[in-house]
Amino acid sequence: MIPPAAPARVIDAPNFSTSRFRAEREADWIAFDLLLTKLEKKGAKALTSDELLQLPILYRATLSSLSIARATSLDRALLDHLEALSIRGYFLVYGVRESRWNRLRRFFLYDWPAAVRSVWKETLIIALVILLGALTSYSLVASNPEWYFNFVDEEMSGGRDPRATAEYLQTTLGHGKAAAEKGESGLHVFATYLFTHNSRVSILSFALGFAFGVPTLMLEYYQGIGLGAMMAVFSAKGLGFDFGGWLFIHGTTELFAAALSGAAGLRIGTAVVFPGARGRLQAASQAGRTAGKVMVGVILMLFAAGLLEGFGRQLITDTMLRYATGTLMLLFWLAYYYIPRREDVT
Amino acid sequence: MTAAANAKHRAASAKKIRQFVTPEGVDLELKIASAGLRFGALLVDLLLILLALFLFSLFMLWVGLASQSDVTVVVWLLGAFVLRTFWFIGFELGSRAATPGKRLMGIRVVARDGGRLTADAVVARNLIRELEIFLPLMMLGAGAAEDMVSGWIMLAGILWSLTLSLFLLFNRDRMRMGDLIAGTWVVMAQRVKLDADIGVDAAGGAMTFTEAELAVYGIFELQELERVLRGRDPRAMREVADAIRAKIGRPVAEEDDVFLLSYYRQLKARLERKLLFGKRREDKYASD
Repeated sequence: MIPPAAPARVIDAPNFSTSRFRAEREADWIAFDLLLTKLEKKGAKALTSDELLQLPILYRATLSSLSIARATSLDRALLDHLEALSIRGYFLVYGVRESRWNRLRRFFLYDWPAAVRSVWKETLIIALVILLGALTSYSLVASNPEWYFNFVDEEMSGGRDPRATAEYLQTTLGHGKAAAEKGESGLHVFATYLFTHNSRVSILSFALGFAFGVPTLMLEYYQGIGLGAMMAVFSAKGLGFDFGGWLFIHGTTELFAAALSGAAGLRIGTAVVFPGARGRLQAASQAGRTAGKVMVGVILMLFAAGLLEGFGRQLITDTMLRYATGTLMLLFWLAYYYIPRREDVT
Repeated sequence: MTAAANAKHRAASAKKIRQFVTPEGVDLELKIASAGLRFGALLVDLLLILLALFLFSLFMLWVGLASQSDVTVVVWLLGAFVLRTFWFIGFELGSRAATPGKRLMGIRVVARDGGRLTADAVVARNLIRELEIFLPLMMLGAGAAEDMVSGWIMLAGILWSLTLSLFLLFNRDRMRMGDLIAGTWVVMAQRVKLDADIGVDAAGGAMTFTEAELAVYGIFELQELERVLRGRDPRAMREVADAIRAKIGRPVAEEDDVFLLSYYRQLKARLERKLLFGKRREDKYASD
């Protein structure tokens, strides 16, 4: 027996319509929206455990609504709203997986030294470049003091040039009477100024790295040149040892930081030129993330160097003590960066 | 608009959409933010930084005069440095990954690989900014300060530094140098309010249109009509209503909004029914 055909009229009232779909799901979207706003404004701690459990459920419900709406609805306002809500939800639900405190702890204990360790080759190269710069200018100025004026800006040197007397040079190192008269009032201002200035130079030397690392190398070489020229002037007057101490106390930290910022720049430069098996973009972004970590460290190191330069150097006037402090700082940084730790294995 | 122009418009907006599949398997279809929006956001941020710096300076000046101590100079120097270096980093590390300027423009930073946005990426992309903004300025300053640099060399320097700063104009993902190195994108992230459903068939049956009258338009026209209806501008509604009446050959007999609303609802119902059966008619030029 063939059953009688169902009357065609029944199909006329469709069970599914986009308006009905919206009416049924809208409550979820509104709840999700409210939850996200709360999360954005007050953080995950403000949510009750009930709300936390609701979050992924509402998120998935919204994504599923988006899929259905895309396939069935032509309501632009609805589609736009669902898309925006899903994007917002995705980044909040998947965005933060760690508390700020944990992130900070991991950075200091592990990420920072690991990033520095991973650029060791670049650090060596930059250190050699700085040394090379220093040697170049040292040998040139030692053989002919006139060279000095090619290397060091008249304003920057503040009278510390080959024409100066040994006594004057001595005072610039913080020995003798003139230094004592100057007092300590301007110290912290000076230290802060040095810190901000050095940080900007380091940031620049890092940022220039992507031009295949060439400007970075040049900048670091130039830093070495200034150093070597000064060194030559002081040692010609028999003040080499004292100048060394004057430089060493903060120089180990500051030059280390300078070398690291150059290394970070160089890492990016080499990644762009020699991406290896990865795509060039991917190589650049991986190098950039490592370099970013190194750079946060560099700014912190420069802050320490600024303190040493501004306070330490003016308060510690004994040359041997200066050497000792500088060595101690260097050993501290080396130990912090290069001693392997347990997290490396995992 | 012709069929070709329509297709071109669609292709252009499709070019800005990037596939971004969540672990649940839904493609979020992120849209790359335009260079204009990025520039606007930057301007707003720079203005806010300047304003903050100005207020901070005034405050420190006041404190300094009152206390007669040069500690205020230290605080001022450090504060200015922190403000300048960490304004962008600090805001982009927040849960909305956007500075106030970016929030205003409705854009945000995301990691290109779909993972979470890490702190090192944010730091890297923003330290490069230092270079992008200040290198052209420095070139200008250096050129002006030293007479031995000839005008042409200065120009070359500025052009070179500008190619770095304007790098985002030269790639289709609108990536700055910093985005490139940090592996990030800047995408649209406006909030869209859920407008009332104008498709409910409460009073939609005021007029009925025949199949032939509804067959003249496609999805593009439907959504333009939706925009006009939501805009509630009587002059625009009058124009659109007249255009539709002329097209389907109906006399002016009803109020514009009643006519448009009924037409919209029935057209939408018709096109959505077709959509369910796998037929997506993009615009009026596509075959029905």
